[in-house]
Amino acid sequence: MQGSVYALVALGYTMVYGILGLINFAHGEVVMVGAMVALSVSQVLLGMGWPIMLVLPLSLLAAMLVCMVLGYGIERVAYRRLRNAPRLAPLITAIGVSIVLQNLAMIFWGREYHAFPAMLPNGTHTFGGAVINEVQIIIVLVALAMMAGLLLLVHRTRLGRAMRAVAENPSAAALMGVDINGVIAVTFMLGSALAAVAGIMVSANYGIVHYYMGSILGLKAFTAAVLGGIGNLRGAMLGGLLLGLIESLGAGYISDLSGGFFGSNYQDVFAFFVLIAVLVFRPSGLLGERVAERA
Amino acid sequence: MTAVNNILLELSGVGKRFGGLAALSDVALHIRRGEIYGLIGPNGAGKTTLFNVVTGLYQLDEGRFTFDGVAYSRCKPHVLAQAGIARTFQNIRLFANMSALENVMVGRHLRTRSGIWGALTRNAAARAEERAITQRARELLRYVGIARPPQTLAKHLSYGEQRRLEIARALATEPKLLALDEPAAGMNATETENLKALLQTIRSDGITVLLIEHDVKLIMGLCDRVAVLDYGKKIAEGVPQEVRRNPAVIAAYLGGEATETPRPPGEG
Amino acid sequence: MPDFLRHDKHRAWLAFAALAIVLLALPFATDALLGRGWVRIADFALLYIMLALGLNIVVGYAGLLDLGYVAFFAVGAYCYALLGSPQFGLHLPLWAVLPMGALLACLFGVLLGAPTLRLRGDYLAIVTLGFGEIIRIFLNNLNAPFNLTNGPQGINMIDPLRIGGFSFGSTHEILGITFPSVHLHYYLFLAFTLGVIFVSLRLQDSRIGRAWMAIREDEVAAEAMGINTRNIKLLAFAMGATFGGAAGGLFAGFQGFVSPESFGLTESVMILCMVVLGGMGNIGGVVLGGVLLVLLPEALRNGAGPMQQALFGKTLVDPESLRMLLFGLALIVVMLVRPAGLWPSTRRRRELIAEDGVAQQEQDTVYDSSK
Repeated sequence: MQGSVYALVALGYTMVYGILGLINFAHGEVVMVGAMVALSVSQVLLGMGWPIMLVLPLSLLAAMLVCMVLGYGIERVAYRRLRNAPRLAPLITAIGVSIVLQNLAMIFWGREYHAFPAMLPNGTHTFGGAVINEVQIIIVLVALAMMAGLLLLVHRTRLGRAMRAVAENPSAAALMGVDINGVIAVTFMLGSALAAVAGIMVSANYGIVHYYMGSILGLKAFTAAVLGGIGNLRGAMLGGLLLGLIESLGAGYISDLSGGFFGSNYQDVFAFFVLIAVLVFRPSGLLGERVAERA
Repeated sequence: MTAVNNILLELSGVGKRFGGLAALSDVALHIRRGEIYGLIGPNGAGKTTLFNVVTGLYQLDEGRFTFDGVAYSRCKPHVLAQAGIARTFQNIRLFANMSALENVMVGRHLRTRSGIWGALTRNAAARAEERAITQRARELLRYVGIARPPQTLAKHLSYGEQRRLEIARALATEPKLLALDEPAAGMNATETENLKALLQTIRSDGITVLLIEHDVKLIMGLCDRVAVLDYGKKIAEGVPQEVRRNPAVIAAYLGGEATETPRPPGEG
Repeated sequence: MPDFLRHDKHRAWLAFAALAIVLLALPFATDALLGRGWVRIADFALLYIMLALGLNIVVGYAGLLDLGYVAFFAVGAYCYALLGSPQFGLHLPLWAVLPMGALLACLFGVLLGAPTLRLRGDYLAIVTLGFGEIIRIFLNNLNAPFNLTNGPQGINMIDPLRIGGFSFGSTHEILGITFPSVHLHYYLFLAFTLGVIFVSLRLQDSRIGRAWMAIREDEVAAEAMGINTRNIKLLAFAMGATFGGAAGGLFAGFQGFVSPESFGLTESVMILCMVVLGGMGNIGGVVLGGVLLVLLPEALRNGAGPMQQALFGKTLVDPESLRMLLFGLALIVVMLVRPAGLWPSTRRRRELIAEDGVAQQEQDTVYDSSK
């Protein structure tokens, strides 16, 4: 079930949107960068003979660090100056950032598909006809842990309170002494760290890493976030899993339903149709939006 | 005109909730043609919410309202504008980067017709309509008393001029009911007097006026009748002098006498 | 019209005359100075300028961010391809196929826009992006069970553009001058482009253009003033789609070959880049953006490759990725430094650059999502 993968990436999307009102278009590419960094680090370390027990956490750490710096950089350079600009502006820069990252990755790591070293247990189990991979179980667990962690952070800590204050009313929060720039920076870095984790999990799941993987993944994760309710952390989880389910079922049945007219290569299309359907019929998503009330 | 036709806008049982909060509950009032009707109440009473319901920005949850004989329950703003309700906004929503003239010309959109074909061919009809629009817009700018050149950008106008420009734009839609949300907010005594004169002129030109205001002096001197909202409910309705003496109204404004209160900050 | 021309009729006429001469002589001058290949590039430039102008109506006038604009281009192109090639054995004439392609694109525009144009700006952007991808996926896969689009291989041997007996695909001699096919296409596309410019100008200064501007400024206020925002937005969307479709048909006839590859997200972004970089809402700016963004890859291909060879001994970065990299950087830099574009309309400059002393409206969220 790649739904858990979508959930993982969606959590990052939704968190940033919930607090800042910005769709970080480049989020998918940050995931990709995380995966790539982990790839390189693990390749090097494994090549030197280091044990998996050490390589896995180290590459995870490396990926998270790089992504956090990247996330901070992106916010600082591309988004910060545009906080007062009309909607279009940060959206366009986000697209620009996305393109830059993609192409830089293509330049550094090449156009080929890279094999991600197998570092996670890979056994399979069968549950009543469905084959589930251990990796996928781990992913679901990681996603749940992330969600729980984020919920704790947002609702039980001082930082979380500051984040919620910035989400509700940034001007008032600033007047109350909240360091807006700091909170925003932390939000982005946190989101990017999550993206790095997601990147590694995704690569472990599919076994391959590719410079273009962030793009489609980002879009589908965004769909998942919207499906569950943008800004809503539980919604991202639910949305991701649901989207994965819809895709697999859809791909499976669409051939039968259409008498072979549409094959499973139309799978990607499902996500887009779901997105359009959700936005048209239930824009606040299944579990409801969590963005500041507009007057 | 029969007595029934005399009523331009009638609300019955109107309710609006936001989540668990009832912003309006069971509001009933009626506005007669040709009168200036005031809507007052403490901050957060639901005045702007009522405005938004009646102009289609919010959809009401209960009840309905009747405008010019037609009943509405859920409606889009442009339909109500078409029917003849035009409004201004508490926070001034002008088209900031368009000129004063263009702002008023946009107000004429509703009552004019030329579309793509006219735009492309600039045939005689389209050109005539464009001239008429421009001319009417200039007239309206003079009518509300904006002395600046019409090409001045809306955002470069003074605060008082911006308020008046919003009124001009609303008048351009040829409304039957002009709904003004705190038109005197931020104005000094002279400007308020000018506004009062303008509104009386508008009334004498046959347009009914509904306004939200905090300026008690203005309400007393201008409105024919007044309704008081508190916590989403109507607590009084009638001639300003009576309403002012109503104990429930006095209590609603946080006890004490309702004298010329200084303007409260913001609005709920 | 630029201010310096507005006030002096004589100067304006002289400027126009000079421009006309330059435009008419351009293919021959280019041919002589740079080689025929560059005339072909000029032809493509004109097509993309047409597309950018079409998108300008959507993004520049009405303020709707469309990230899947290339889908309409594709629809127009494939429509022409299907009706004028061996694919189905149909060979309909130009005057039938081109309007059909444009109309079909318009229809798709309306179908896409009707449910989605009421969405917030960023949601609309993603939805249109999705739509662009959907179209591409369908084009790529509709070769089974029955072959509609010939899948990834695309359709080739498309009929050249023909008006009556006059085929643009072959060389002709007129008034003693030899006009090769590329030159002929240049004049045809120039005529179409001028037509699109004319339509854009007329729309800009009309009741509809004002309504678009009002919606862009403050949609809530516009609707309160009686503008049926949904229909007016749909109108912008449909017009943009129509121009895209028409350009698509011309493209198919010119290139003689279409495949899903030419209609991807990259192309949508490039067209958007032309509008944004050149100057949103300003026709001159959009044309400038188009010219720059078509010339740039060529300059890169001819310049960057050999330059890297000379400096580093090998090609570190292939021109294609370099091109996209620069597009991305351009988008970022333009938005940060000169958000109204290289050649902005005075109006847009006012909107996008905060003025000192003019009060900014207080915002509800960090990134204003009320528009």
